[in-house]
Amino acid sequence: MFDFLTSGQYDVLGAFWVTVQLTLYSAVGSLVWGTMLAGMRVSPVPIMRSFGTAYVNVVRNTPLTLLIIGCSLGLNQTLKITLGGEDFKEIGFRLAVLGLIAYTGTFVCEALRSGINTVPVGQAEAARALGLNFFQVLTLIVLPQAFRAVIAPLTNVLIALTKNTTVAATIGVAEAALLMKEMLENEADALFAVFAVFALGFVLLTLPTGLLLGWVAKRVAVKR
Amino acid sequence: MSGVSVTKDAEGAAEAADDLVVLSNVNKHFGALHVLQDVNLSIARGEVVVVIGPSGSGKSTLCRTINRLETIDSGTITIDGKELPSEGRELARLRADVGMVFQSFNLFAHKTVLQNVMLGQMKVRKTDQATAAKKAQALLDRVGVGTQADKYPAQLSGGQQQRVAIARALAMDPKVILFDEPTSALDPEMINEVLEVMQQLAAEGMTMVVVTHEMGFARSAANRVVFMADGKIVEEAQPEQFFSNPRSDRAKDFLSKILHH
Ligand SMILES: Nc1ncnc2c1ncn2[C@@H]1O[C@H](COP(=O)(O)OP(=O)(O)O)[C@@H](O)[C@H]1O
Ligand SMILES: [Mg+2]
Repeated sequence: MFDFLTSGQYDVLGAFWVTVQLTLYSAVGSLVWGTMLAGMRVSPVPIMRSFGTAYVNVVRNTPLTLLIIGCSLGLNQTLKITLGGEDFKEIGFRLAVLGLIAYTGTFVCEALRSGINTVPVGQAEAARALGLNFFQVLTLIVLPQAFRAVIAPLTNVLIALTKNTTVAATIGVAEAALLMKEMLENEADALFAVFAVFALGFVLLTLPTGLLLGWVAKRVAVKR
Repeated sequence: MSGVSVTKDAEGAAEAADDLVVLSNVNKHFGALHVLQDVNLSIARGEVVVVIGPSGSGKSTLCRTINRLETIDSGTITIDGKELPSEGRELARLRADVGMVFQSFNLFAHKTVLQNVMLGQMKVRKTDQATAAKKAQALLDRVGVGTQADKYPAQLSGGQQQRVAIARALAMDPKVILFDEPTSALDPEMINEVLEVMQQLAAEGMTMVVVTHEMGFARSAANRVVFMADGKIVEEAQPEQFFSNPRSDRAKDFLSKILHH
């Protein structure tokens, strides 16, 4: 029943490796972009605040599929942006990562913003009173404490991101979901076995992430 | 009236050469509430001024305007002859010269005690790490919490945390330190350890503005008591004179309440 795994016809591990790579690059990018968005949303500069708010509200409420296809059709095919990719495979991968970052960054931003609200105002005031500027207060005092408070919600964002990478299949990135689609067509008799393998694959990716970060959250929690 | 000058003219040009902090005709509103009403106050270099008054009279707001944690609506505030800049780098530099100790300590919760005292030195004064650590340790020793350097604030008692907060302010070599009810959040048995540190600072010539109802401290360490009510400075006097023979009815009323409770 699980012959398809040993037939050598399908590179299941390879496909999941692409999924892992999509997740990792997008996770790092979203964390950076989400932090920047959160910084904008709490900044004293009105235009930055407005941009942050508008961006988050628009992008967060746009279906991810639309964003990814938009990256492919709009950026690549219309504007010929390749993000430095050499071939179809590389370009598709990079565009998918870009779309995932644009989308996931909004969730990181909102999680962080709720974390910022858990930091007592006195922390920022004491920092300002020392003579630290806005950027220093944010990066040295507020965000480090905010991050520690939102590891659990950020873990949920990361798990959602891992599963959302399957949308990259729509622009032909050879990750797990694309291979699954192909296998479902070829191995119709082993339908449930194929499903089971891929479901298990995703659980194997996300479960340890959740456990590890749960442990980290407890370790770094700020005591007040 | 005590011998200390109170600048009345808006220009402040006539202020004594040794005035470090000068507030002239300062007004501040919170919405419709007029929290600071034409406040004039000069604090000389090395002077210790105790600010006293009923809750809600604007004492905290007064302190916070001096390092511009609160903006003012009109009037001027000068520190060492320079008017408070409104924003940016200049303001940050000025804040570094004005230390602040809060009622709730506000130590950085995610940093160790030593790091709390090093941070401003390194990030604002650009001191190198080794020098900053050495100075931080020396200051912690001085306020009597040297052995707690590697702990986190939450692991310390309130009295210890407040002494760390004083060390953190001292690390910037401030020209003046503002204390906003530094002992109000403390258990009674911890009040003295903090007051002793403050008393020592006063004796060493630090310029201090202290919002407190600790009369013992005011009597032994203050040069002047400023009594505030309803956003106005109602009375200024030397401590002994103020506590034994207040002139205004507001002050008499207030003192009778805090003395006989
Ligand atoms: N951020 C604020 N917004 C609105 N009202 C405030 C704010 N801070 C203080 N107030 C009001 O201003 C008045 C003076 O407050 P404060 O300076 O804290 O008084 P004190 O320290 O003497 O108790 C009070 O009535 C208080 O409620
Ligand atoms: Mg107060």
